[in-house]
Amino acid sequence: MDRDESRRIVLEALLDVAPDIDEAQLDPQSSLRDSAELDSMDFVAFVAALSETLGADIPEDDYGQLDSVALATDYVVNRG
Amino acid sequence: MTAVGVFRMPSLGADMDSGTLIEWLVSPGDTVHRGDIVAVVDTAKSAIDVEVFTDGVVSELLVDPGTEIPVGTPMATIEDGSTTPEAGSSTPESGSGPESAEPRHPTEQPPPPPVRHLAHVLGVNIDEITGTGPDGRLTRHDVERAAGAKVVTPAPPGRESTTPPAAEPETGERVRATPRARRLAESQGVDLADIPGSGEDGAVTAADVIAAAQARERRAEPAPEEPEPEPAEPAEEAKHGRGAKAGRGAKAGREAKTGDRRRAARRAATAALMGRSAKEIPHYYVSTTMDVSQPLDWLRKHNAGLRPRERVLPAAMFLRASTLAAQRVPDLNGHWIDDTFTPADGVHVGVAVAVRGGGLVTPAIRDAHELPLDDLMTALTDLVGRAKAGRLRGSELEPGSITVSSLADGGPDALYGVIYPPQVAVVGIGGVAERPWAVSGMLTVRRTVTVTLGADHRATDGGIGAKYLTAFADALNDPEEL
Repeated sequence: MDRDESRRIVLEALLDVAPDIDEAQLDPQSSLRDSAELDSMDFVAFVAALSETLGADIPEDDYGQLDSVALATDYVVNRG
Repeated sequence: MTAVGVFRMPSLGADMDSGTLIEWLVSPGDTVHRGDIVAVVDTAKSAIDVEVFTDGVVSELLVDPGTEIPVGTPMATIEDGSTTPEAGSSTPESGSGPESAEPRHPTEQPPPPPVRHLAHVLGVNIDEITGTGPDGRLTRHDVERAAGAKVVTPAPPGRESTTPPAAEPETGERVRATPRARRLAESQGVDLADIPGSGEDGAVTAADVIAAAQARERRAEPAPEEPEPEPAEPAEEAKHGRGAKAGRGAKAGREAKTGDRRRAARRAATAALMGRSAKEIPHYYVSTTMDVSQPLDWLRKHNAGLRPRERVLPAAMFLRASTLAAQRVPDLNGHWIDDTFTPADGVHVGVAVAVRGGGLVTPAIRDAHELPLDDLMTALTDLVGRAKAGRLRGSELEPGSITVSSLADGGPDALYGVIYPPQVAVVGIGGVAERPWAVSGMLTVRRTVTVTLGADHRATDGGIGAKYLTAFADALNDPEEL
């Protein structure tokens, strides 16, 4: 999947969980827990939304590769 | 005779003693079942879906939307369709025949205990009302009628009655508002023109009016009205709205304002409750750092075959351990009221949830001790999701029997909680962190968590607190049994 499309998927999953975030304010490199104020429940919902969009499982071991918008975009590029 | 049940304004949490009926979701004649959501009630902190606790048919709605009513007020009558007479009139005759027209003489015919209790709960003086039961005895109906009458009497104390009822602007455009919002604005003395609407096409809703009235009450000075700008043009609002973009700009702007008010209300509610706790409750704290590597490994294996939404978070595992420990140490699971501790009938575990945008709510999971780990995770996900969306159910806001506050995501090592009155204990779960750890004389690295129990020293002593931490660790070290 191309990078723009992947980024869009990531942001959509994120907005699903945190509708109040402002894309423009979001540092793509910083941890979602900091930049988007996701707690562990939000993060799981984000992963679940992403996994459902991709139609593929995201194992718990991969959670560390999803911790920022940039990382998650890379992950989707490679998986999608 | 058909038995009539009364549906009352439920408790809305320890920090809320009244709520405003926003809307009925049922009408007279509707059949309802235990657990059905029948009404939406607004508190400063959030809107609440209120459930009914009996099966039956709605016979009468006693409260109009827009009315602010104290907890315990009858809101509707529900016929259960059976032929059991109601409690008040079922007491067997003990004396002469009915002389129903005579006023009741309290010393001769004391009302049955359930009726006296009801009167007490509703704040009704039984000497001031006339009974309509046999021998002029008081029935539940009489008490409820008297309580109902109290509710519809003038504005609640503390409201400024000097503010003239809000007249709609004589000139210019008529403010868009729902009929309910208009009535409410009038009774609350709030000017509709000063309230940003969150309804369709920017219409002012009852909830907006309530929020505005509450915001006004919170401000120390009586005047002036809402400092917020007039309902702005959509385009202008879009500029203020955080995250506003084309398509959802105007709505986001308005939601942001409602969100600000809710945030302030949550802050105020938490401030009041925690202030009271700190003033009244002599806290003591006991704390233990425990090795949680093994239970976390077990959890990872448990989750391996599950889809993301089914996976259990460490937070749920700690919540389960907290619940089991509360069950094993019942002295910490209950309420301290009138200098007496009453143990709860189950573990109703309150969960401190940080709402996005600020503020805490602490809804409770009823009978959490009956939920195995997977079910508890499901309940937690559901509860936290709705708490953040501002759609909790009334039953969840009844005070829990103990509260758990968790920072399991990381960050601080330990959390020293403040007890939610009338509870007597609060469990603080710190962040999971790798620490050097001695095992059988060898130094190694383990994942650890610091669990802190804050408890009310009037109810228990440190030894009981220590027992709780031991029970917590025992529960965690036997994850199969969670």
